[in-house]
Amino acid sequence: MTTKSKPVNEPGKVETIDQVVIRFAGDSGDGMQLTGDRFTDESALSGNDLSTLPNYPAEIRAPAGSLAGVSAFQIHISDHEILTPGDAPNVLVAMNPAALKANVGDLPSAGTLVINVDSFDERSLAKAGYETDPLKDSSLSAFRVYEIPMTSLTLEACRPTGAKPRDAERSKNFFALGLLSWLYHRPIIDTERWIARRYGRVSIVAEANTLAFRAGYNFGETAEVFESSYEIAPAEHLPGTYTNVTGNVALAWGLLAASQLAKLPLFLGSYPITPASDILHELSKHKNFGVRTLQAEDEIAGIGAALGAAFGGALGVTTTSGPGIDLKAETVGLAVSLELPLLIVDIQRGGPSTGLPTKTEQSDLLHAMFGRHGEAPVPIVAAKTPSHCFYAAIEAARIALKYRTPVYLLSDGYLANGSEPWRLPDVESLPDISVEFATEPNATGTDGEPTFWPFARDPDTLARPWAIPGTPGLEHRIGGLEKQDGVGTVSYEPANHEVMVRARAAKIAGIAKNLPTAEAEDPDGDARVLLLGWGSTYAAITAGAKRVRRAGKSVAQMHLVHLNPFPPNLGEVLRSYEVILVPEGNLGQLTRLVRSEFLVDARVLSKVQGSPFRVDEIELAILQEIERLESGAEVRDASGQVDARGRGPAASGSTAEEAAL
Amino acid sequence: MTDVAVPLTTRKDWASDQEVRWCPGCGDYSILSAVQLLLPELGVQRENTVFISGIGCAARFPYYMNTYGIHSIHGRAPAIATGLAVTRPDLDVWVVTGDGDSLSIGGNHLVHALRRNVKLTILMFNNQIYGLTKGQYSPTSEVGKITKSTPFGSLDTPFNPVSLALGAEATFVARTHDLDRKHMIETFRRAHEHPGASFVEVYQNCNVFNDGAFEAINSKENRADMLIPLEHGQPIRYGADGEHGVASDGQGGLRLVEVADVGEEALVVHDEHRVDPSLAFALSRLATGPHEPTPIGVFRAVERPDYGSLVDHQLLEARMREGAGDLSSLLRSGATWNYG
Repeated sequence: MTTKSKPVNEPGKVETIDQVVIRFAGDSGDGMQLTGDRFTDESALSGNDLSTLPNYPAEIRAPAGSLAGVSAFQIHISDHEILTPGDAPNVLVAMNPAALKANVGDLPSAGTLVINVDSFDERSLAKAGYETDPLKDSSLSAFRVYEIPMTSLTLEACRPTGAKPRDAERSKNFFALGLLSWLYHRPIIDTERWIARRYGRVSIVAEANTLAFRAGYNFGETAEVFESSYEIAPAEHLPGTYTNVTGNVALAWGLLAASQLAKLPLFLGSYPITPASDILHELSKHKNFGVRTLQAEDEIAGIGAALGAAFGGALGVTTTSGPGIDLKAETVGLAVSLELPLLIVDIQRGGPSTGLPTKTEQSDLLHAMFGRHGEAPVPIVAAKTPSHCFYAAIEAARIALKYRTPVYLLSDGYLANGSEPWRLPDVESLPDISVEFATEPNATGTDGEPTFWPFARDPDTLARPWAIPGTPGLEHRIGGLEKQDGVGTVSYEPANHEVMVRARAAKIAGIAKNLPTAEAEDPDGDARVLLLGWGSTYAAITAGAKRVRRAGKSVAQMHLVHLNPFPPNLGEVLRSYEVILVPEGNLGQLTRLVRSEFLVDARVLSKVQGSPFRVDEIELAILQEIERLESGAEVRDASGQVDARGRGPAASGSTAEEAAL
Repeated sequence: MTDVAVPLTTRKDWASDQEVRWCPGCGDYSILSAVQLLLPELGVQRENTVFISGIGCAARFPYYMNTYGIHSIHGRAPAIATGLAVTRPDLDVWVVTGDGDSLSIGGNHLVHALRRNVKLTILMFNNQIYGLTKGQYSPTSEVGKITKSTPFGSLDTPFNPVSLALGAEATFVARTHDLDRKHMIETFRRAHEHPGASFVEVYQNCNVFNDGAFEAINSKENRADMLIPLEHGQPIRYGADGEHGVASDGQGGLRLVEVADVGEEALVVHDEHRVDPSLAFALSRLATGPHEPTPIGVFRAVERPDYGSLVDHQLLEARMREGAGDLSSLLRSGATWNYG
C-alpha cells in the first residue's frame, strides 16, 4: 500500500492511495470466496482497475479450523492499469487462527492484519497448530494488527432477526465485508441489493447478512479503531461499457458467441471436473441460445457426443481438465482422422494424475501438441487473460470450422477463476466465422455419374468438405481407418497413407498462412532479451517487463496465442534477440518447442507451485539475464550447459544457418 | 402433413459400392441383408439414415450401407451417436456393435444411452467371441471357454445382454438370431419403430473362432424345442405343437413346463408393455446360455419420452421464458459500468 499523501493519524481522516492488495482468508465454511466476489463487484463499480485470485482447498469441507480448510481470495485494486492480483497482500483479513497461520507468511512487514479475535480460542489455536496465541506473543509485532471481535459483533447485530446464534454467526463474513467496504470507501448499496436478490427480500438470512454487513461498515466508521480510511481514485479507462468477468464465464460466453457467429447450434458434451465445471454450469443456464449441454457418463462420452454432434453440423465442444484430457486423447485422434471440427477446452491444473485439482499450472501444452498415437497434429490456441478467454474461444472455433479439425483451447485454473474488468466489445464487430456445408457432388464416379468425395480437399485451406446427414446425394462413410486420398474409402495402400499423413500435417501447418505475424513489443527498440510467453503468464510478464523498463533497462515481450501452428514469422523474431526467456508454469514446454523448432537459445523460467508467477520473480529473472549480457558473462549453450566462450548475435546467427543445413 | 410420396427404394439402393469383407460364412452377412431388405419397406430416406459403429467385425457394417455413417473407435459408438441423435432429431440413427465393443470396452456408454432413452436403434451382434483380434473370449463367452487367452478355460461369469439392458432401464429390448431372416426383419422393424432407445441382441455365428455357438438352439432341427417365441398378449409356449410353455415358479420367477401337465391357463401371458420390468427380466433368466430353451422376440417395449425430445423441450421453454438468446444482453447481464 503506497500512500500519496502524508500519513494522517487523526481518527476520521481519509488518505488517498494509488493501489492496495487485500487478501480475505478464513475457513472454507466462512464464505471467503463470496466475500471476495462482492468486494470485487464493489471495486469495479468504484471504477478501480482490479485483478483477483481465488485460492481454495480441493476438499469441499476440510475439517473446520484446520490449515487444510483455509480458503482465501486476493484482490488488487488501483487507480491505474494493473494486470496481476498482486505479489503479496498489503492487508490480510484473517477470520481464524488457521487462516492467519496459512497466510501471514505472505504479508510483508508493516502490512495490515485485520483479525477476528473471537475465533482465537484455545481449541482453534490448537487446530491451527499454534502452541501460543500469536496475538499475545510478539510474533505479529512487525504488522499493524487490528483485533476485532467480529463474531460477537455479528451476533449482537443479528439479534433482532431472532436467528439462532449458530446461524447468525454465519453472517460474520458480511461483517468483514462491511468493515473493509468502509475502510476502502466501497459503495454499499449494490451489495445490499445483491443480498436481497440472492437470499430473498424477507428471509431471515437476508436480514442477518444485511445487518452484519451494515454493522461492519458502521463499526469502522464509529469505533475509531483505524487511524484513517482510504480512497482509491477510479482508474483511467478507455471509454466503453465494462463488466467484471472470470475466465470460465468469458470462455462460456465466447462459445455462445462462436455459435452465433458460425450460425451453428452449440453442443457441449462434458463431465464435471475442477476447475472446468463452471463452463458446463454457465452454458447450461443459457438454453435460450439453443445450446444443448450433455453431462456425459464420463470424459470419453463427453468428447464422443461432441464429435457426433459435429458430424451432424453442430459446433461440438468438450470441456475438461487434468486427467480428463488423457481420457479424451483417443477421440481427439479420431477427430483428426475424420477431419471434423471440434473444440477441446482444457482448463489446466496441477498434475500428474489427480495432482492439484484446484491449483493452476500450464503443464498440458505438450500433451495438447503430441498426446496422441500416430502423426496427429492438432492446432492449439491459448487464452492469456480472463477476458481474453472470450476471444480465444471464438478464434479456436474459427480454426476448427474453417479447417475441419479438432482444436485445443488452453486456459488454466488461474484464468478460470480469476477475474478482471472487461471492456465489452460491440458484438457487431466480432468476426463472421460461418462456413458452408457441402450440398453438391464434387467428383465424377467410375460410372461417369456425379459423386461425392468426402476427402477431396479445398486447394487453399486443404480442408475437406463438411457434408452433413440430411443432404441427399452426399451420403458417405468416414472412420478411423486410413482413407483413400480424395474418395475417402478405406485404404491400406502404403503410399496413400504417406499422402494422407502429409496432407493432414500440411493442413494444420498451413493455418499459419492466415495468422497475424508475431511482433515483439520493444518500446525502447534496443532490447537484447526477449520475454516469450503463452497463456496466463501474460499479466505477470507484462507487469515485470514494465518494471524493468521503468528501471531504465530495455526488454522485449511477445505473447503467443497460437501455439500450433506458430505465427509464420516467429523464428525470425526469436532469432533477432540474444536471449529468449520463457516464463511458464511447467518445466519448459514452450521452451522445448521453440528450441526444437527454431534452434534458438530459449531458457525457461519455471514455476510449478500451483500459483501464478509473482511480478518480482519475473522482474528479477529479466534483470539477471540483462546483467549477464551486459557483463559479458558466460551464457549457457543450447543444451543448457554453461558455454565458456559466451554467445552473441553472431553465434545465434550461425545456429540458424546450421539449422538451415 | 402434405401428401408427398416417399420415393420407393430397393435393397440395391441401400448397399454401398464397397466389397463386403467379412469371412465367408459369417453370420454378419445375413444380418446385413436383413437390414438392407427392411429399409426399403420403412419408407425412410438414405440421406436421413446414419449407421454408427465402434470397433470389431460388426463395426465394418456402416461401410456397406449407402447411407451416412461413422466407423468410430472401440466401444464409443453409443456416445458418438448420442451427440448426433440429440442435435439431429430428424435423423434415423442406428448403432451397430458387438459383444466385446458394447459390453466390454464400451459397457458404460451402452448402459447410459439406454437409461437416457436416446433415440437410437442399437443392434448388438453377439457371437460370444473376439473375432477381429482373432479369437479371445468375450464378456458373453461361457465360463470355461478355451481360447488363445484362456488356454485353461475362462473364469469370468458372462453377461446376459438382455438382463443387462433391462437393468439399465432400457425401454425396448429384443433378441433375434442370424439364421432367421424373417424374425430378424420383424424384430428390427419393431426396434426402429420404437420412439426411444431400442436394444436388439442378435445371436450371430462366428464360423472361424466360435462356430456353432448357437447351434444347439437355432439349427433348423433344434429350433422348435429350443427357441421360445415371445408374442405380446399370447401365452408363452413353444415346441413343434406348442406342447411346452412357460409358467410361474411361484417364487417370483418362471419355469419351463409341459402344457399337458399344467394346463393352458397356467401359462404366462406375455406383456411387452408392462412398466415393471420383472416379467421381462424373469424371461431373460430362463436360459443361462444358448444350450437351454431361450426366448426370442421382444422382451420389453414401453414408452418413455426420449432424451432428445426432453432436451428440445427445455430449449423451447427457455426461449418462451427468456426470448431468443441475445449476445449483447448476455455480456451485460452482470454488473456493468461506463466510462467516457
